[in-house]
Amino acid sequence: MNTLACVKRVPDTGAKIVLTDDQQGIDTSTLGFTMSPHEECALEEAVQLTEAHGGTATVLTLGSEEADEQLRTGLAMEADDAVLLETDGEEWGPVDTASAIADYVRDADADFDVLLFGNESADAGNYQVGVTVANQLGLPCVTGIKNLDVEDDTVVAKREVSGGEEVYEVELPAVVTVKEGLNEPRYPSVRSKMEAQKQEVPSVQPEHRGADTLERIRLDAPEQEDSEAEILGESADAVDDVVEVLREDLEVL
Amino acid sequence: MSSRDLPETAETVILGAGIVGNSLAYHLARYGREDMVLIDKGPLPDPGGSTGHASNFLMPVEHSKEMTHLTRRSIEQYKEFDTFTNSGGIEVARTEERVEELKRRVQSAKAWGEPGELLTPEEVEEMVPYVNTDLIKAGFHSPGAGTCDPLRAGEVMRARADAIASGEVDPDEVSEVEPDGGTAAVDQESAGGLTVSPNTEVLDLHVEGGEIQSVETDRGTVDADEVIIAAGLWSPKLAQMAGVEIPLTPAVHQMVSVGPISFFEDYEGEISFPVVRDMDTQMYERQHGNDLEVGSYQHRPILWDVEDVPSIDEAPLSPTQPPLTEDAFEQSMADALDMVPELLDDPDAGVRHEIDGLLSQTPDGGPLLGQLQDVDGLWSAAAIWIKEAPAIGEALAQQITRGWSDIDIHASDVNRFYEYGNSREFVKNRSAEGFQKIYGIVHPHEQWQTSRPLRTSPFYHRQDDLDARFFEAAGWERPQWFESNRDLLTEYNSELADLTRPNEWDSRWWSPIILAEHLHMRDNVAMVGDMGFTIFDLVGPGATEYAERMAVGRMDVDVGKSVYTPILAENGGFVSDLSVVRIGENRYRVITGGGMGGSDKAWFRDHLPEDGSVQLVDQTSSLCTLGVWGPNARDLVDSVAEEDMSHEAFPPYTAQKITIGEVDAWALRISYVGELGWEIYAPMEQGQRLWDTLWEAGQKHDVRPAGMGVYGTTARMEKGYRLFGHELELEYNPAEAGLTFHGVKDTDFVGKEAYAQALDEENAATLCTLSVDDHMSEDGERRFMLGNEPILDQDGEVIVDEEGRESYVTSAGTGASVGKHLLMAYLPPEHAEEGEQLQVEYMGEHYPVTVEVAGSRPLFDPENERIRS
Repeated sequence: MNTLACVKRVPDTGAKIVLTDDQQGIDTSTLGFTMSPHEECALEEAVQLTEAHGGTATVLTLGSEEADEQLRTGLAMEADDAVLLETDGEEWGPVDTASAIADYVRDADADFDVLLFGNESADAGNYQVGVTVANQLGLPCVTGIKNLDVEDDTVVAKREVSGGEEVYEVELPAVVTVKEGLNEPRYPSVRSKMEAQKQEVPSVQPEHRGADTLERIRLDAPEQEDSEAEILGESADAVDDVVEVLREDLEVL
Repeated sequence: MSSRDLPETAETVILGAGIVGNSLAYHLARYGREDMVLIDKGPLPDPGGSTGHASNFLMPVEHSKEMTHLTRRSIEQYKEFDTFTNSGGIEVARTEERVEELKRRVQSAKAWGEPGELLTPEEVEEMVPYVNTDLIKAGFHSPGAGTCDPLRAGEVMRARADAIASGEVDPDEVSEVEPDGGTAAVDQESAGGLTVSPNTEVLDLHVEGGEIQSVETDRGTVDADEVIIAAGLWSPKLAQMAGVEIPLTPAVHQMVSVGPISFFEDYEGEISFPVVRDMDTQMYERQHGNDLEVGSYQHRPILWDVEDVPSIDEAPLSPTQPPLTEDAFEQSMADALDMVPELLDDPDAGVRHEIDGLLSQTPDGGPLLGQLQDVDGLWSAAAIWIKEAPAIGEALAQQITRGWSDIDIHASDVNRFYEYGNSREFVKNRSAEGFQKIYGIVHPHEQWQTSRPLRTSPFYHRQDDLDARFFEAAGWERPQWFESNRDLLTEYNSELADLTRPNEWDSRWWSPIILAEHLHMRDNVAMVGDMGFTIFDLVGPGATEYAERMAVGRMDVDVGKSVYTPILAENGGFVSDLSVVRIGENRYRVITGGGMGGSDKAWFRDHLPEDGSVQLVDQTSSLCTLGVWGPNARDLVDSVAEEDMSHEAFPPYTAQKITIGEVDAWALRISYVGELGWEIYAPMEQGQRLWDTLWEAGQKHDVRPAGMGVYGTTARMEKGYRLFGHELELEYNPAEAGLTFHGVKDTDFVGKEAYAQALDEENAATLCTLSVDDHMSEDGERRFMLGNEPILDQDGEVIVDEEGRESYVTSAGTGASVGKHLLMAYLPPEHAEEGEQLQVEYMGEHYPVTVEVAGSRPLFDPENERIRS
């Protein structure tokens, strides 16, 4: 079985997000970058599936050449191969992104059985790339998945809904978009990190079709309320105060 | 906890609640401060500075006595707070050069009274079974090392500070105080105790008339008598608010944490194995529960601008834990895998945490401590590591409350960079250079390479033409020796035969030409300059009274008379030694070494009378200094001076205005090299003319330039002259240093009581001059000590005086005229006997030495006939 995990390079932000002066992006001058948390789980699942069933796990991203860093992280997390769909550095919309990924999958030597995406990216949050890729490739697609099994040629995917869960059985090949909580992504070992740095990562330049029609005007960061914590006390001495808060302020007792 | 106001006034406001600020609060309370406010921008217990991400291990043995003693004292404190685990520590050597360095570590351990031993690779393996012993040639074991919990220690110290300051607990019973997180509510009405205010941002520091007035925050303004900046890498920003500078830059120290490691699962607690320092790769590996922390100083220097450090809200982890710069860490990962493969190849272990940890880097790697001299009441306590923070808090509290500290911290005085080394460019260059020296093998005489030349005297170009080898002190370029004097080696071939140094380490940053220059000066005449002195005048109607109060020596002397005098703290320890010349009825000129000039000036400025009757006028950048010394010095100077330079017209230890050729100068008949001659002071812009005039006239005497190698070491030591920071420091008094020739004058002066008492008592130690009897090492190479080596008795035991001070070499240098390698050391009475046979340990071997002089009598020309001729 071959799996493909598609990830996106996004800024690793703190509680307060600082925008650039032109409000067109996040000020990343003091920030690091990471892959979206949902996608980390997609990648972990892609690796676990091939560990269990054989085959290769490939990690893919579309982005600038700096996104190579996230692919190396993917390799360090034991993906077998990585591929960079290298852009000119501009932010691509979800349709163009999906088209580039669908083109790559169509032309790839490997046949991917499971194509894994994060449910939505941590920064733009369009929720579109996974489903659009499935649509373009004519594959079945399930979204928002937090539990996933493969039996023979079928994916059994579960989605949490209020009061229970929905269970889907989908024939392979299929597209699955997943959410954090699906699994616990591994920490890369020192040795795999080192080896990931040495591995060759092919890069292809997809065509930027300009099919996205939404235009971003600007970003706004909502004002945040200052939140404060009060230390009620230490050890057993704090019990009375804690009980009082639970009873009087929160009325949960 | 709602937004609240701070008290309106406080004795002391401490900015920063990391390990340093907490320690200051605690110790200031112990020394009597009763009303303090501790402010941090971040939350408690971890406000987000370097304290929160440090690896928290303490390795006490360093080549610096001050740092070793501070770390040892800090370990005592962490122990007493129940926040210390004694794991021990091992430095391993991958190379032969490092094995030698580890022998030097043993030597420093002995000199500073800290246990330490050399280990074979097998012995290392016994203690740390996971180290790859194929890679290592030896280890240095520091059994006193361990790890601490600085956040918990902070809580303990805050609680104790409040309990003592508010009078609830006697300082002696403070160990009973239970920490409460230090979040006691503020009572605005009752000032007193310690008010802790986290989540409080300092907006401005108000200064008026050169004095700190108040701290303005987003929770109100506090009027304060004194303010201490203990804000780690943010300290420069706070200093700037008061219009002063604290020269440091944030720098990255990379660290990763790998786990869970199954090997550690069988061991309880945080750490069961010694911390390993892999010195040659500039890395450490340290167990932390089931994880291994791998830290590195190997990577390229990554310096930050403090303005770029994100706020607590903006930072994913904390402001001082930006993400790891992966490519910089690649080599370190490979080296760590080589050193501890068993642990790092654990199949279940992954990199769980990885950061570019930010710490404070200074131009010379040392802390920045003390009162900032342009603002009274504003103190710096910055660039301090976890390992020394509790002791530095204590030492600074002592300095703030009583004027001196038990452990001498003068080498860390923030004022050492004053007026030359505070620029961003300098801080950046030196910090980047210094970063690469962390864990490095740093020769005691190693010179900085960046931001040079910075301070040059008017003689610089002439000296450069003479192929001077420049060393730097406080930014000044000073020739150490002159390659143009190489021909003198032939002339003095036989005298120098036994004094040259075959070993590369011994002769690094050294040349036998120094000794040849020395002999030429003693036989003939030499020009030495500029010495990089700090010079300032004390002017005004109160000058005499003030000078009397500052100095041990009598100051009410005839105009033109110079007095060499100790400057003491109240405890009788040395603040400085310097020359004071009365240049007018109400005018004194103070001439002191450049290296500590900034600190000396700060001391004098801090003691100026408040009535304004004395002004301090800095002359450092106005006057250059050229020394002309040797038996032919008078002939030379007389031939170009308008004045009569005879012994009768210009007696020793006096000063006069003279004219050399066209240059109006001021001459002082004094000598640190024990020769007839003068220090000639001239306006900077006429210095080159002064040099040229003397140089030209000197040709018929074969005048030679001589470097600081002669001035600062070889000639000085033959004369038994003491050097501040080496022989003279706070932990020894003038009686012990043999500087009692002034007796006790009638007028009061700082330190008088302790000084008088020291004169009455028998010395616990006496400064002696020793010579090396046999230089031959076991492998047949003649070795020459460089300083800081321990002195041993005949049984090979380190000598310790009754006050617990180890005997060590305070200065080492070759007396070319006496034909011996000389060492100075304080020895207790039973050993301070001329002719006493002792030993010195150098690079793992013992060499026999003899006490030549007990006290200050010069070894060369004991009656000072040359100076008085």
